Amino acid sequence: MSVTPAPIVNVTSNPVLRLSGITKRFGRLVANDAISFELKRGEVIALLGENGAGKTTLMNILFGHYVADEGTVEAFGKPLPPGDPRAALDAGIGMVHQHFTLADNMTVLENIVLGTQSLWQVRLDRAAARQRIEQLSADFGLTVDPAATVSTLSVGERQRVEILKALYRDAHVLILDEPTAVLTPAETDALFRTLRLLVAIGLSIIFISHKLHEVMAVSDRVLVLRAGRLAGERETKATDRKELAALMVGQEVKPAEVSPANVGAPLLVLDRVSTARHNGAGLDEVSLILSAGEITGLAGVSGNGQAALAALMSGTQRPTGGRLSIAGQAVGDWSPRAALGHGIARIPEDRHAVGTIGDMSVMENVIAERYGSDRFSRMGFLDWKAARAFAEEIIADYDVKCPSPEARIRLLSGGNMQKLILGRALDPEPAVILASQPTRGLDVGAVAYVHRMLLAARERGAAVLLISEDLEEILALSDRIVVMSKGRLSAPSSRGERTIRELGELMAGHGGEGQAA
Amino acid sequence: MLSRSHLKSLEGIIMRLEPKPAPSLALTLLFPVAAIVATLLITSLLVLAAGASPLSVFYLVAKGAAGSQFALLETLTRATPLIFTGLAVAVAFRAKLWNIGAEAQLYVGGIVTVVLGTGALPLPSIVLIPVIMLVAMIAGGLLLLGPAALKTRFGVDEVVTTLLLNFIVLLFVSMLLEGVLKDPMGLGWPQSQKVIAEAQLPRIIQGKRLHYGFVIALVSAIVVWVIMKKAVLGYEMRAVGHNPEGARFVGIPVNRVLMKTALLSGGLAALAGFSEVSGLKGNLTLDLSPGYGYSGIVVAMLAMLNPLGVIASAIFVAGIFVGADAMSRTAKVPSYIADVMVATSLLTMVVAILLTRFKVRWR
Repeated sequence: MSVTPAPIVNVTSNPVLRLSGITKRFGRLVANDAISFELKRGEVIALLGENGAGKTTLMNILFGHYVADEGTVEAFGKPLPPGDPRAALDAGIGMVHQHFTLADNMTVLENIVLGTQSLWQVRLDRAAARQRIEQLSADFGLTVDPAATVSTLSVGERQRVEILKALYRDAHVLILDEPTAVLTPAETDALFRTLRLLVAIGLSIIFISHKLHEVMAVSDRVLVLRAGRLAGERETKATDRKELAALMVGQEVKPAEVSPANVGAPLLVLDRVSTARHNGAGLDEVSLILSAGEITGLAGVSGNGQAALAALMSGTQRPTGGRLSIAGQAVGDWSPRAALGHGIARIPEDRHAVGTIGDMSVMENVIAERYGSDRFSRMGFLDWKAARAFAEEIIADYDVKCPSPEARIRLLSGGNMQKLILGRALDPEPAVILASQPTRGLDVGAVAYVHRMLLAARERGAAVLLISEDLEEILALSDRIVVMSKGRLSAPSSRGERTIRELGELMAGHGGEGQAA
Repeated sequence: MLSRSHLKSLEGIIMRLEPKPAPSLALTLLFPVAAIVATLLITSLLVLAAGASPLSVFYLVAKGAAGSQFALLETLTRATPLIFTGLAVAVAFRAKLWNIGAEAQLYVGGIVTVVLGTGALPLPSIVLIPVIMLVAMIAGGLLLLGPAALKTRFGVDEVVTTLLLNFIVLLFVSMLLEGVLKDPMGLGWPQSQKVIAEAQLPRIIQGKRLHYGFVIALVSAIVVWVIMKKAVLGYEMRAVGHNPEGARFVGIPVNRVLMKTALLSGGLAALAGFSEVSGLKGNLTLDLSPGYGYSGIVVAMLAMLNPLGVIASAIFVAGIFVGADAMSRTAKVPSYIADVMVATSLLTMVVAILLTRFKVRWR
């Protein structure tokens, strides 16, 4: 180890970080409820919890992006002023966000140096900066070319730049928010090796995740968050995945009961379809058959073409090559309306930005896919009575908790929002269902509900495509599993045919590039 | 209305914004009032600087705007074009089509009125006036269609294109008034011929300036309110304005909705020009509008884009202009104070709207 980190201010057994009684409310929602913990020098804490448990909120408070309603943060024995990221940086806290904060059109070096130098300094000492970055890269296995433009880098490389950025600023505490969500298994292993090297020289790390096996692999101590509260604290050595899972969800999770599939005719057929890029890779000559009465699970590391496939099936993206046919008919004009017209129900990945129009009412949102039909409009005027009746029907049938059909949909919880989207999509008894990350960010009860609805649609004879990053969800629900990597699909495997490990290798693109890293 | 990205750029520098739940109706109605009070406080400083007493100046403005039948009628006359341009802006902003070009669309309405109304169409009033209105609306709508198409096709910022079109159209009007439309009897002034009697909107009260354009403006506001509240188009416009990506996902033809919005918005602004020429001025000149198109933005914002609210805010803004004219004659404070008050009220209203949606934490 040739780099000696700047001396840590207080090398006694005092904690490097102490959070006491942190509480944060958003309206009625309590995102963090009196959370206290300490982080010691050279320790990796895993912050475990389901989506929406309050992990990211807590870290945003720690890093000064949010101001806590109650409670204090102390770094190296000194209180950290709330709401000031600058102070957090100065105190040696570095954060690697889930969504990277890099300037795409600048080089790696420029990104790393950005903000570390005075505005009045005219010249940038590139040579010295470059040398320091290369040293850090070599010491911690963070291979990346300082001269490369960020836009040309892979997701894994960008993450390394983010970590380098924190190290360049002499971070003593590194916070990683869901760092593995965008990585292949091999890249994940490389990241874990880097983390171990960092801990060895005395850094402390907070590792945020909802993946149990990663938490077990990387951490010394696990803090489990559930619904904004600290549900438990365990030494990693003295616990196991089962106990952590129980702490995380608060109850025994019963897998949905799945009856044997009763597969019918093919309903939607992709024949060597290609598309443009969309939030990651585009489709590259993908062939896929979705049949009646069958759930097809699509696994893959995010950014490998799942978004393009979802956009294609939603009608927001047109194929650039190949053939898309529905119920035996090749489709011509393709748009969201055409997709709806062909009986495709869409449950989008992002229910806030895409699935709903937040500032409009529940009622206005549930009719959104069919407002032009005779049921809801006549002669260019909307029939608000029919709309309200339909909204009330969906609210009752899908067990949505909301103040009234006139309430802005933004005010609903994620689970209730998703139930409304399910109701809107499934009420017309669609032949084909696209469910894109349908349970992301939902609590356990809502997850089970979504699963039941998808299984019920399958019983009814619908063809379901389930796109998910949660392998366990895919394994539990799918009759057939395909894996997407770099815009291409693997051959399908039937229920129980491939293990998680084998699927993981397919996700990494048959282990080709990933293993070498 | 401030977009989220505008707010984002402010974030972190001087303050932090946190979303908050929707305010109650009473609170929502309170915001324009609070904005106006803040405006009065701020402009008081200028009045003091001019060496007058704010209270007496504001009293004189109010008296000049509404203190007599003459004053009131003058205010309503002045409010008429502002209702049209306010509606034009409210409609466009609702769909987040930033139409800053109501001024140009107004002049296009004026051009159509003098082209068709100076004898080219020998029709009775009952036919001629609706024909002129229709053609003016189409022309104004088409003028905004260009920027809207550039926005949807190529992503050209419509703030820039509509704003610059104002100058282009004004120069075009100038060219017409020095050329083909020039009144041969106009003693060389750049003005058009007067419209014929059949093309004139009658006065509501004989001998007073208030004309039936005001009634058409009120009807327009009600029609626009019905469209926004009850019609499929209004629903589509609101959806596109709130979340274009979400609107597209559920199958709303976003680009087509923006085109329809452009036609409606440009058409409403053109009616302002028609109403001014046909009801008040009688001919087209380069000073047909003292910035009614721009003031329409203030009117729409004060009304929080509500078409019925536009009526009230247009009368308020018109009252400030009319009242300030009267006040400046007695109090020796320049009538420019009206422009300052209107501009300040736009700023305070934008801040008020921000406060309805976000909780601000200063750094």
